[in-house]
Amino acid sequence: MEKSTYYNPADLAKFGNITEWQAEMGSKFFSYYGEVFKEGALSEREKALIALAVAHAVQCPYCIDAYTTDSLQKGADEAQMMEAVHVAAAIKGGAVLVHGVQMMNKAKELSM
Amino acid sequence: MVLSQADAEGAHLVPFARKLSETGLLPLRPTGMTVMQINVGKMCNQTCRHCHVDAGPDRTEIMTRETMQLCLDALAQTDIPVVDLTGGAPEMNPNFRWLVEQISALGRQIIVRCNLTIIVANPKYHDLPEFFARHGVRVVSSLPHFSASRTDAQRGDGVFGRSIRALRMLNEVGYGVGGSGLSLDLVYNPSGAFLPGSQAGLERDFKQRLLREHGVIFNNLLTITNLPVSRFLEYLLESGNYLGYMEKLVTAYNPAAAENVMCRSTLSIGWDGQLYDCDFNQMLELPVDAHAPQHIRDFNEAALNGRAVIVNQHCYGCTAGAGSSCGGATT
Repeated sequence: MEKSTYYNPADLAKFGNITEWQAEMGSKFFSYYGEVFKEGALSEREKALIALAVAHAVQCPYCIDAYTTDSLQKGADEAQMMEAVHVAAAIKGGAVLVHGVQMMNKAKELSM
Repeated sequence: MVLSQADAEGAHLVPFARKLSETGLLPLRPTGMTVMQINVGKMCNQTCRHCHVDAGPDRTEIMTRETMQLCLDALAQTDIPVVDLTGGAPEMNPNFRWLVEQISALGRQIIVRCNLTIIVANPKYHDLPEFFARHGVRVVSSLPHFSASRTDAQRGDGVFGRSIRALRMLNEVGYGVGGSGLSLDLVYNPSGAFLPGSQAGLERDFKQRLLREHGVIFNNLLTITNLPVSRFLEYLLESGNYLGYMEKLVTAYNPAAAENVMCRSTLSIGWDGQLYDCDFNQMLELPVDAHAPQHIRDFNEAALNGRAVIVNQHCYGCTAGAGSSCGGATT
């Protein structure tokens, strides 16, 4: 079967099918997943925005589609969604830059 | 044209009637009339992008006082406790205040679906909050988001700011204020091709943001799903979202929401006195079952309570997720 891309938007709706090859683990995962996103100490909207930020950090196109929709559905607006993406970007960028300290340490160790 | 495109795109979707049948609800029967919803005309000062009425300033369909009298005569024969006035902007009907006074004299609860901006649109409407308060009207108003950008995207430029001004005027006469007995509910409907989230969660966010940023208070937030009818249907088709949206509605079909659909307890009356199962069927020109009285002049509560509700694919909008009605979520 020839495929034009590695990612197919239609596959998102088939996520549940992973239980076909490992029912117990798959079911436990989905049950846990459902529990995680229920309102708790954080609101459903806050959780959707966290998921949206993480989706960008892990660069998962399925998750970006899913949690853009979910964030809108939970009442987030464009400003909140973009700020969530900036949080992901800041942490990703920060994670790169903070290793600069390690680089500096090593360079100093090796230098006269 | 738009409907035929929708029919073609959605040809593979399970017919709503079959879903109802699987739930044991076909034919869908009324459970007793508790709301008489009167659409007093399609004229409106706004032209919202999602409007299922296709309402706007140039619409001329307006209920006459004679037809209003027929509604009042029918109402007087019954114990229907609530009369829900909608439009268009119902306040633009020249006999609107007279109708409110007559219903009030019959001792029924009145809901006015006020678009808010009408209150500040013209000095002759500035006293509407006081008028509503005098008759104990329950005000139900659309405000699709607590941010200006998302509200204006759906309802038109500047609508959010004018709505906030109107809400403050309503608050000033006691609407939304605890203990006043004056109820002010806001309606959230999604500004795009997605379903509403949890009514309780959204209400909390709305209350917090509107109070903090605008000093506005209200009683309840009602979440309403956009039905694929009229302008919202056109938007779905033009934006390529129709099929995805319909699939979402079908996938989210909730048998408990189907049990509680508002058409089972509502009689919808068009501007010309024609009877319908709901305001959406009204806009689709799907009148009540042919065996039931067709016009308010022939009103017969028992005959109407025995009718079969007319259903079609748009009805999935009222049965998705937590359900949707003019009173918000139904489960």
